[in-house]
Amino acid sequence: MNEAWASWAVIGLGCVTFITRGLFLIPHTEVPIPGWLLRALKVAPLAALTAVIVPEIVMTQGHFAQTWQDARFPAVAAATLYYRWRPGVLGTMLAGLALYLPLRIFCGW
Amino acid sequence: MREVLGRPEARRGARDMMAFAPGLAAWGLVTGIAMVNSGLSTPVALLMSLLVYAGSAQLATIPLLAAGAPIGVVWATALCVNLRFVLYSAQWRVYFGHMPRWRGLALTYFAADLNLIVFQRAYPNPVPEPSQVAFFLGGALSTWLVWQCASIAGVVFAHAIPAQWGLGSAGTLAVLGLTYGLLVDRATRLAALVAAAAALLAFTAPFKMNILVAIGAAVAVGLLGAPRTRRVGDE
Repeated sequence: MNEAWASWAVIGLGCVTFITRGLFLIPHTEVPIPGWLLRALKVAPLAALTAVIVPEIVMTQGHFAQTWQDARFPAVAAATLYYRWRPGVLGTMLAGLALYLPLRIFCGW
Repeated sequence: MREVLGRPEARRGARDMMAFAPGLAAWGLVTGIAMVNSGLSTPVALLMSLLVYAGSAQLATIPLLAAGAPIGVVWATALCVNLRFVLYSAQWRVYFGHMPRWRGLALTYFAADLNLIVFQRAYPNPVPEPSQVAFFLGGALSTWLVWQCASIAGVVFAHAIPAQWGLGSAGTLAVLGLTYGLLVDRATRLAALVAAAAALLAFTAPFKMNILVAIGAAVAVGLLGAPRTRRVGDE
């Protein structure tokens, strides 16, 4: 990864985050949000997160994973089951890692 | 600043926020590890931690940075993940809108998801009060400190563990939990399904465009599939 390119990308990400966090503090007068936009604003984060992680889970170097002996699958299953039992980010992640790390380190999955 | 932070509300804000410190620290640690595991250098990882200071946007864009996606796709993805902040900023306006613009904007640098939840629990009525800035800053600075320490610890720690352990996957699992939390009804589940299918079907598209295709498809389905607004007299 080119260091200068990565720095620019990160600076831009900082600007994007700063602007989105403060956007409605910029105008002097109240700006009403139309209903359709409100719905789009609610769906977009979910869509972006899903679009990033689903390929991360099932693809390997640009192809669908070729084997079931992949530590990611049991990890996602464990994380999903945990989430259904106790919704929350931390426990879900730890439940997934509890299967992922041993399979990966000791079984080479 | 010192005067504001000396107020009892600042201490209360910090205390209310500290209930979430373990979760925050874990989230920061995972983000720090994921940044280094994906190949970001230590200086760039630290810059990202301090400048972006948004775990989900960072975790979502790290795989794109690692894949060398075009800078526009990286920014657009972060923008979409961050659109929830735009909704929050409308809430923050109620409390900070009367302040000089730059001061209000400076406060929103710290305005992450948890801060709004904790703030609105303390001030359920949407009216500005003088003590609010102290409460907000007390919580916001503690959050910032916990997150940055954990994130930097993650950056350092990631160098000490073998890359083949694949600990960067902790980031994916954390985002998975976050995503499950956004699936609140049929419409959101459908949108996620569409995003997942589109991201995979368009995976071979150049420049990681599959991400934008997926977001576009899911938003379109979300808009078309939303319950129609009832007109007056429909009952």
